[in-house]
Amino acid sequence: MTLRMMMLRARTSRVTTLRAMRAMRAVRALRAVALAVMVPTLLLPAVGRAADAIVVGGKIFTESYILGEIAAQSMAAESSVPVDRKLGMGSTGILFEALKRGAIDVYPDYTGTLAEAILKQPQLKSLDEIRRALIPMDLVISGPLGFNDTYAIAVKERFADEHQLHTISDLHRVQSSLRAAFSYEFMDRKDGYPGMVDAYQLHPDPQKVTRMEHSLSFQAINDDAVDVIDVYSTDAKIKKFHLRLLDDDRGYFPVYQAVWVARKAFVDKHPREWAILRKLEGSISETAMQDMNAQADIQKESFAKVASQFLGKAPPAAESGAQKIWQRTREHLWLVGVALLFSLIVGIPLGVIAVRFHAAGQGILIISALVQTIPSLALLCFLIPVFGVGTKPALAALCLYSLLPVVLNTFTGVRGVDPLHLENARAFGLNRRQVLFRIVLPLASPTMLAGIKTATIVSIGTATLAALVGAGGYGAPIVSGLSLNDIPTILTGAIPAALMALIAHALFELLGLVLIPVGLRKHA
Amino acid sequence: MLMLQNIFKTFEHRPALTDVNVSVAKGATHALIGSSGSGKTTLLRITLGLIPMDKGYVKLNDQPLSSFTPAQWADRIGYVPQDGGLFPHISGRNNVSLIARLRGWSRQKIDARIEELSKLVDLDAAALSRFPAELSGGQKQRVAIMRAAMMDPDVMLLDEPMAALDPLIRRSLQQELKSIFQRLNKTVLLVTHDLGEAAFLAEQLTLLHDGKVVQSGSFGDLLHHPADAFVTSFINAQRGVPDAASVAA
Repeated sequence: MTLRMMMLRARTSRVTTLRAMRAMRAVRALRAVALAVMVPTLLLPAVGRAADAIVVGGKIFTESYILGEIAAQSMAAESSVPVDRKLGMGSTGILFEALKRGAIDVYPDYTGTLAEAILKQPQLKSLDEIRRALIPMDLVISGPLGFNDTYAIAVKERFADEHQLHTISDLHRVQSSLRAAFSYEFMDRKDGYPGMVDAYQLHPDPQKVTRMEHSLSFQAINDDAVDVIDVYSTDAKIKKFHLRLLDDDRGYFPVYQAVWVARKAFVDKHPREWAILRKLEGSISETAMQDMNAQADIQKESFAKVASQFLGKAPPAAESGAQKIWQRTREHLWLVGVALLFSLIVGIPLGVIAVRFHAAGQGILIISALVQTIPSLALLCFLIPVFGVGTKPALAALCLYSLLPVVLNTFTGVRGVDPLHLENARAFGLNRRQVLFRIVLPLASPTMLAGIKTATIVSIGTATLAALVGAGGYGAPIVSGLSLNDIPTILTGAIPAALMALIAHALFELLGLVLIPVGLRKHA
Repeated sequence: MLMLQNIFKTFEHRPALTDVNVSVAKGATHALIGSSGSGKTTLLRITLGLIPMDKGYVKLNDQPLSSFTPAQWADRIGYVPQDGGLFPHISGRNNVSLIARLRGWSRQKIDARIEELSKLVDLDAAALSRFPAELSGGQKQRVAIMRAAMMDPDVMLLDEPMAALDPLIRRSLQQELKSIFQRLNKTVLLVTHDLGEAAFLAEQLTLLHDGKVVQSGSFGDLLHHPADAFVTSFINAQRGVPDAASVAA
């Protein structure tokens, strides 16, 4: 029997038996639950990936953004399959999860990282070994793109010329007087400094080797305070500060060759597009990558422009600033809107239940308060194994966060209703449902609305973190701006988010005028 | 007629009502009096069907309360809570029409009934459109009476109708209440601690003490033929300002 028929039957039965009433109540409850579950899930695909689009992922640092753009633009230029970008997605773990779940199809990574972080087999060195190990995971890697982003030893061009330095072995000639500044990580990692001096039989004066923060060591070598530093081989500052990388002539440093990592399903489905990406193999040299990093990091060119210049193509019809902001606004509104809807559909009933059933109520309040104490990044990480990456975990986190203010204020508002009104309502013959909807909720509405407002404004702020799991929104420019240390870019996300919060505040004030019963407003 | 027969009620083994009998004739005004703790509020809540009794019957025209659904019963007993008990979030008019709307009355029927009732209680439309917090004590009382009378009940049940009012307004309102009762032409049961008010408004009184009926009858009966010493002391205690003669110089 369908729900509809049951309802009709319950409604038309002449003798409203207790059973029919119960059935009606059950049907109504079922319908409410079904609605609560279905509405958000029905709406989900609305901003999910476009059907059939290829999704390019990327990590949250300059090089990965640029490589992601290169992949996206080269496919877009030669293929008609639409390409989506999910760049700036946090750590390797998140990207890997996204790849497994098909939230992204392909992203740039490094052989060393694949061996260590994904395969957990750091002993795998060659491309073939790694490729074979990835097969059971249904992952495919391309050949090397050309450059190797690993530890490298850098000296000033002038210093190198002066002492005829080309390789790390050449350092033997100057080791007694060599002043070095090495990063903490490099000094402490077995595959860093200790292994290097071993492998090259170097004996520098320990008094002249300093530990220094990476960003400071560039300044130090520029000021001639030190002669040699450790760098990442594609660092933009190598060029800026006129440094020369010394050849690892004994092949000591682990190889971090850049490759495309793709889902096998993607390679099978889009062989043409995969071929387009593979044409880039061997085409990006270390100096080319350094140049591109410098253009983005130092000259503050957009990733898209840097990529298009490298490809020798016209930059993709850049979305205008307004279009971009509109797109992010939509993503952000979507995140906040769904979270809000969820908190209303789930939070208000929980708040009401918490008043009616004391023990359950305490449980509900404690749990929703506990959720609130989980740091947002941690909560996102907990949710990734459950929901994958993209919009879903972000939505789930926001839903959980916006729950507490709504539950708590509903609880407080409902509990605060004068019990005399409840007794009077019953004396007038109102049933439980009528008492709830006609008396209790309207009387509690000012307090409830305040909670909903808090939930909304908190969500608008928290939703900026959604970019870390690839959900877009105003967080996207904040995240990429942070990785570039580019304050104007950060502001293009932060200012609209603040504006949205202000607008939400104003809207709720207006909503209060409409929703809060006049009788409660005038004499509140 | 409204009959309360042999009603017993205990709260946690403490008797609250013991064998209480009250009978209100059709069209009569009956007052239930007693000081606080006498059991009159418990009897009121039982009569409204809000709490169950241990034993006994509440009957309306010989039909027991248990044969009505809560909504049917509520429509037969028009209740005016203490201080009016208006819901603060809706206008006076919506307070009056709340139940009729829930029962699916048409707009025209509701408007016509409100029109009729507002004439009966002498309340203008402007006051009805205001919210409870904007009404005077007397206006609230009238709106509350209209709400109670809306469904055309058999009995009007008023809880301490004057308790919250200013003593000066009380006098004039008592007079009005009496004429409103006459115009409504309903059976009225009012619950009060104020003997003067009871004597003024009701033909018949039932005095409760410690959960038992001490005496039922007219004010004259209580005054001239008290059932026991408590009746006399209750009457004397409510004399108010003592005679000048009895005050020592």
